[in-house]
Amino acid sequence: MTMIRDIFKRNRERNGPTIPSKAAKDVPEGLMFKCPECKHIVLTKEMAKLQKVCQKCDHHCKMTAQERVESLMDKDTFESIDDHLKTGNPLGFPGYTEKIEADSKKTGLNEAVLTGTGKIDGQPVVAAIMDSHFRMGSMGSVVGEKITRAVELATAKGYPFVIFTASGGARMQEGVLSLMQMAKTSVALKRHSNEGLLFISVLTHPTTGGVSASFASVGDINIAEPKALIGFAGRRVIEQTVREKLPEDFQTAEFLLAHGQLDAVVHRHNMQKTLSSLIRLHTKGAVAHG
Amino acid sequence: MANKAQKSLPFEEPLIQLRKKITELKEYTQNAEVDLSAEIDSLEARLENLEIEIYEDMKPWDRVQVARHPNRPTTLDYIPYVFEDFIELHGDRLYGDDEAIVGGIASFKGQPVTVIGHQRGKETKENVRRNFGMPHPEGYRKALRLMKQAEKFKRPIICLIDTKGAYPGKAAEERGQSEAIARNLVEMAGLEVPVISIVIGEGGSGGALALGVGNHILMLENSTFSVISPEGAASILWKDSALAQTAAEAMKITAPDLLEMGIIERMIPEIRGGAHHNPVKQAEFLSEAIEKSLSELNPLNPDGLIDQRYNKFKAIGVFTE
Repeated sequence: MTMIRDIFKRNRERNGPTIPSKAAKDVPEGLMFKCPECKHIVLTKEMAKLQKVCQKCDHHCKMTAQERVESLMDKDTFESIDDHLKTGNPLGFPGYTEKIEADSKKTGLNEAVLTGTGKIDGQPVVAAIMDSHFRMGSMGSVVGEKITRAVELATAKGYPFVIFTASGGARMQEGVLSLMQMAKTSVALKRHSNEGLLFISVLTHPTTGGVSASFASVGDINIAEPKALIGFAGRRVIEQTVREKLPEDFQTAEFLLAHGQLDAVVHRHNMQKTLSSLIRLHTKGAVAHG
Repeated sequence: MANKAQKSLPFEEPLIQLRKKITELKEYTQNAEVDLSAEIDSLEARLENLEIEIYEDMKPWDRVQVARHPNRPTTLDYIPYVFEDFIELHGDRLYGDDEAIVGGIASFKGQPVTVIGHQRGKETKENVRRNFGMPHPEGYRKALRLMKQAEKFKRPIICLIDTKGAYPGKAAEERGQSEAIARNLVEMAGLEVPVISIVIGEGGSGGALALGVGNHILMLENSTFSVISPEGAASILWKDSALAQTAAEAMKITAPDLLEMGIIERMIPEIRGGAHHNPVKQAEFLSEAIEKSLSELNPLNPDGLIDQRYNKFKAIGVFTE
């Protein structure tokens, strides 16, 4: 009896390993990165070195706010501010607070924008970097407040203000309070501008709705990353309204550039250098009695 | 305008029924030899009570419907009653003249002012011409041109807000809808003259706010101001636009809501049942409110006005430190 059983057992063992087990197939989480555009796979580490630009199709993949800081700011110069602000639930939307907490845990941010001071090529700036991994980068009270305080800080210190936008627009769950953040950030930007200070807006994928229709569009210099989606109304809404097919490149950075809505489209690999030059060229005192 | 047959709204149905009944009874007593005056009196008393009950306790969704009433007075309806010597000024000097926004100069109780407002049409043909009150970038740029002109000549600016939103179209995007709205927000922040923004109907999102960065924001009792229409909110939040009624309540978009949140300075009372029941009388309420706001803002100097606007908007937002 046992002999017979052994025969079968041996057979099983011989056949078994030809089917790879699940454990062997799994690569440790996050080791590889797949380009969402061309599906090209690279090591995540490698991708970080490339600033998340696909080496095969040049697609600019979404960056987290932290990754953006690392790719732009001089090492260890960035100091964040207002990380303590906490989002409320003014309209009492069920589940809203939980969603905020979950995204906060996921991204390590208190809200959809990271603000602070840092240096770009030795030049001090105040920066605000929106992160679309947090509630689609949507703007509620805290996002509006953080950006406003960052602009106020830039005004007080006499620094340039640089913003990287990535947002679906105003946040539904805070209703009209979200809408009013468009006005709040604008009044702060006006003061900054009146001081003769530089504001550079870098529009990244995606910048739409209320964010596109406020600070994102009123930089002294407006630049965008290649192929970024930028627009006021959503493509579907427009298609339903006008009942015609929209061009393939509609609302891309290149489309906006062609229609006179942007100063430049800048590749991510040239972003730091471009910003550095722009800031240097806006140094006060270019004219003796300016 | 005032006496045209009014389109009734669903929540007014009990009133309509009762009025019909009273009319029938009155006709009946005229033709028949029966005295029903006691019954008629009691029914009329009931009508009065019912009117109070229905109109004094309007739900957010009722207000949305009143705000959208086809006969609701528009910017151009109010202007002749509130202002004198209005002269309309056209065009943005860049591309065209957007008839979804009208503007011009006028006199308000002897003081020259600039008046700018969204303009809906009353019937289909006018609505097509005015694009249902949904502006293109040209409209906002015209508004900004007129505001800058007002600033030069030190005239207060009165903005009347009444739009579903900025037009979501291909041409609007190509010509920079976002930039046009954004530019207005920033430039309004720096205006050295008093700016009063009054929501007279629907205040839809960024397209409304582009005329809304005022020293004072006022709202008619049955107007709304929101980040998105109740239908839009319902379809995004619950994937069902039929839940618009629920969204209208949840989103806090009515004048009493915004007053409570401290976003607006005051609410302008409306004729019972809505402004469309008596636009002339409603215009008087509007005048009173403008006069009150102007008397508070006229004494401020340019810096005072800019600071007041700054502090007003800076204070809006709910969060904890």
